[in-house]
Amino acid sequence: MDAKLQDDDAVSLRTRKAELPLYITRIKVYPRAIKGLWRRVKWAVLVLLLGLYYVVPWLRWDRGPDAPNQAILLDLDGRRGWFFDIVIWPQEIYFVTGLLILGAFGLFFATALFGRVWCGFACPQTVWTDLFMLVERLIEGDRNERMRLDRQSMSASKALRKTLKHTAWLAIAAATGGAWVFYYVDAPSTLVKIFRGEASLEVYFFIGLLTATTYMLAGWAREQVCTYMCPWPRFQAAMLDEQSVIVTYQKWRGEPRGKHKAGASWDGRGDCVDCNLCVAVCPTGIDIRDGQQIECIGCGLCIDACNQTMGKVDRPPNLILWDTLANQQAKEKGTGGAAWRPVRSRTLLYAALLAVVSAVMLGAFWLRTDTELTVQRDRSPNFVRLSNGDIRNSYAVKILNKTRGEQHLQLTVQGLPGSAIGFVGADIQGDNAGTRLIVHPDSVGTFRIFLTVPAGSAPSGSKSIEFTVDDTTGRKRASHDAVFVGPAR
Amino acid sequence: MPTKIEKDTVSGQDTTGHEWDGVKELNTPLPTWWVYTFYATIAFAVVYCALYPSWPWLTGHTQGMLGYSSRTELSVALQAQTNARAKFVDKIRATSLTDIRKDPELFNFALAGGRSAFQTNCLQCHGAGGAGSTGFPNLVDDDWIWGGSIDQIYTTIEHGIRNTDDKSRQSMMPRFGVDGLLTGTQIAAVTDYVLSLSGRGKATPEGAKVWQDQCVACHKADGKGNQELGAPNLTDGIWLYGGDRDSIYRTIFYARNGSMPAWGARLDDATMKMLAIYVHSLGGGR
Repeated sequence: MDAKLQDDDAVSLRTRKAELPLYITRIKVYPRAIKGLWRRVKWAVLVLLLGLYYVVPWLRWDRGPDAPNQAILLDLDGRRGWFFDIVIWPQEIYFVTGLLILGAFGLFFATALFGRVWCGFACPQTVWTDLFMLVERLIEGDRNERMRLDRQSMSASKALRKTLKHTAWLAIAAATGGAWVFYYVDAPSTLVKIFRGEASLEVYFFIGLLTATTYMLAGWAREQVCTYMCPWPRFQAAMLDEQSVIVTYQKWRGEPRGKHKAGASWDGRGDCVDCNLCVAVCPTGIDIRDGQQIECIGCGLCIDACNQTMGKVDRPPNLILWDTLANQQAKEKGTGGAAWRPVRSRTLLYAALLAVVSAVMLGAFWLRTDTELTVQRDRSPNFVRLSNGDIRNSYAVKILNKTRGEQHLQLTVQGLPGSAIGFVGADIQGDNAGTRLIVHPDSVGTFRIFLTVPAGSAPSGSKSIEFTVDDTTGRKRASHDAVFVGPAR
Repeated sequence: MPTKIEKDTVSGQDTTGHEWDGVKELNTPLPTWWVYTFYATIAFAVVYCALYPSWPWLTGHTQGMLGYSSRTELSVALQAQTNARAKFVDKIRATSLTDIRKDPELFNFALAGGRSAFQTNCLQCHGAGGAGSTGFPNLVDDDWIWGGSIDQIYTTIEHGIRNTDDKSRQSMMPRFGVDGLLTGTQIAAVTDYVLSLSGRGKATPEGAKVWQDQCVACHKADGKGNQELGAPNLTDGIWLYGGDRDSIYRTIFYARNGSMPAWGARLDDATMKMLAIYVHSLGGGR
């Protein structure tokens, strides 16, 4: 009986689940291998994305001494993000927020145009699942062989194949977790340390964590991640409309479906020969002929499958194809189709949002300074009355030096006539008006500043003032607002 | 005792065999994984009890085979912390107060360490920011009773003021009113004189006479005081016990003799050095 397993026995999960209660255990999906245009596109995307993922941490970038030479490094211990010549400090985390917002709008934009292309081609879940399925096919064979193997009782050869498969999966998963940590630590030296057992506990923990998640999500959970765990399929309906290009079965052309004997007439019937190959190849185990559904990740493998069958029965290809709902509805009515309108209010809105966020990000990046000043006034005590009646406030001043060189800066205050400035701190050169504050490369300088005004010119209550730092050439580098508080009169 | 175990036709499960007023209950055993996890926790508890202190006894508790103690763990952690700081603390101990201030790294460490020691030992009287309050000197302003140079501050911290320490700073203001040294009228007159020193009101010849007889020995003829004796400057706007007429009158009548503990008995040299540097940096340091 097992030997008779055929692809046309494939039944969609939707059909099989309909026979079962609401709460059911998983029915395993055995996707069949298929060749074709979209499969080739998927392989190309897979090679590109995995290549990027594994190669990027190894790119080197010379930044001179005392700085890491890794092109992209998120140094959590050192609290710096290195992206080639750009260094991001923790204070600038909003750039990351901006990138996430861009990512979200980019996803909305792509979905409004082409449906779930992200899910079908670029999502890590899809990419790693594809890789794991490839390994599975190489070791256990294609769909029918795997189904047969799973039905067999345990034997030496079954045990060998299963062990081999899980070992290979775990090796890929470990490499995945390993590559992830290299984005956070120096890759070449850490790789050596990992194998010598000298790497930090965090490194081993995250390798272990990502090994476990990759192995479980790509090996075991697979389409359940997309169907049950991921929120994206749940709200994609809000992004899609009748003008989105999605994977579609041409019902008007395919129905009524049925088996077809070679040489029989095609009159009075549809092109679908009910070979069920589209179901057999589907990685989420659905039947695209049931229409658009939440489980569909838009990978296009059913298009390849159907085109293969159409070729064999000598019918025109693209019974399943990328198309808009509007076009399909028009063709169904026999009105000859509707042209695709990629420019419509929602795509314009997403494009505009992308443009605005990009512009804001670029603007923020352009205006980014390499010196920052923060001033915090001491509130305990609020002010000090000196023996001659003068009023003094003290401030904690921090100067961020993001450059690779030592900075000598002069701090001045505006908006407080007659004030005298005094400094306490280790890195101070000279005294009084000519005082230079020394801030070391790539670090934060901390100083204590005293502002003193004669009793007569002290403000009653608080008064807005501004601190400014200038470099040795007199150019203004940064400023910060503060207040000076005097006794209420 | 279960009497009649039946198979439920809807769910296919066995019943417990009990029946209460016609109500039967399905037998739903605990999941196997749960049961074995439970057994594992029992085994863990037995092993734990053997290895770690666990059971109380009349005079103490079982010690456990590993000899673990949370006190030992704490002291090890504290020792590790001390060792980590030792590099700087030793250097501070060996360096003079003046030289510490010339070494940026050491100066920053001393400021941070002094701040921390201040928050533990000093803020109860002098306030979190060092601004003090009535009777407790303000360390942020520029008026010092016993001197505001870094060495004078260190000495004040080490030996304190008017306490039992041998080298404690000592001086005593007489209780002019309580001990009958001056009459009420004389005190009122000299109060006016003191007020006039900081430019408030006019002094009478009687007040000037009392000032000359009783006060100049410590507060000096011009009223600027004497830091050797801890006699405050009476000519400025800073008053430890209040600068209004009534407060000054009371100060002369009852006298004021505030005291401060000798921290040399409680703190080590390095901590006191860091405290002196921190207090000196608050704004009043000379």
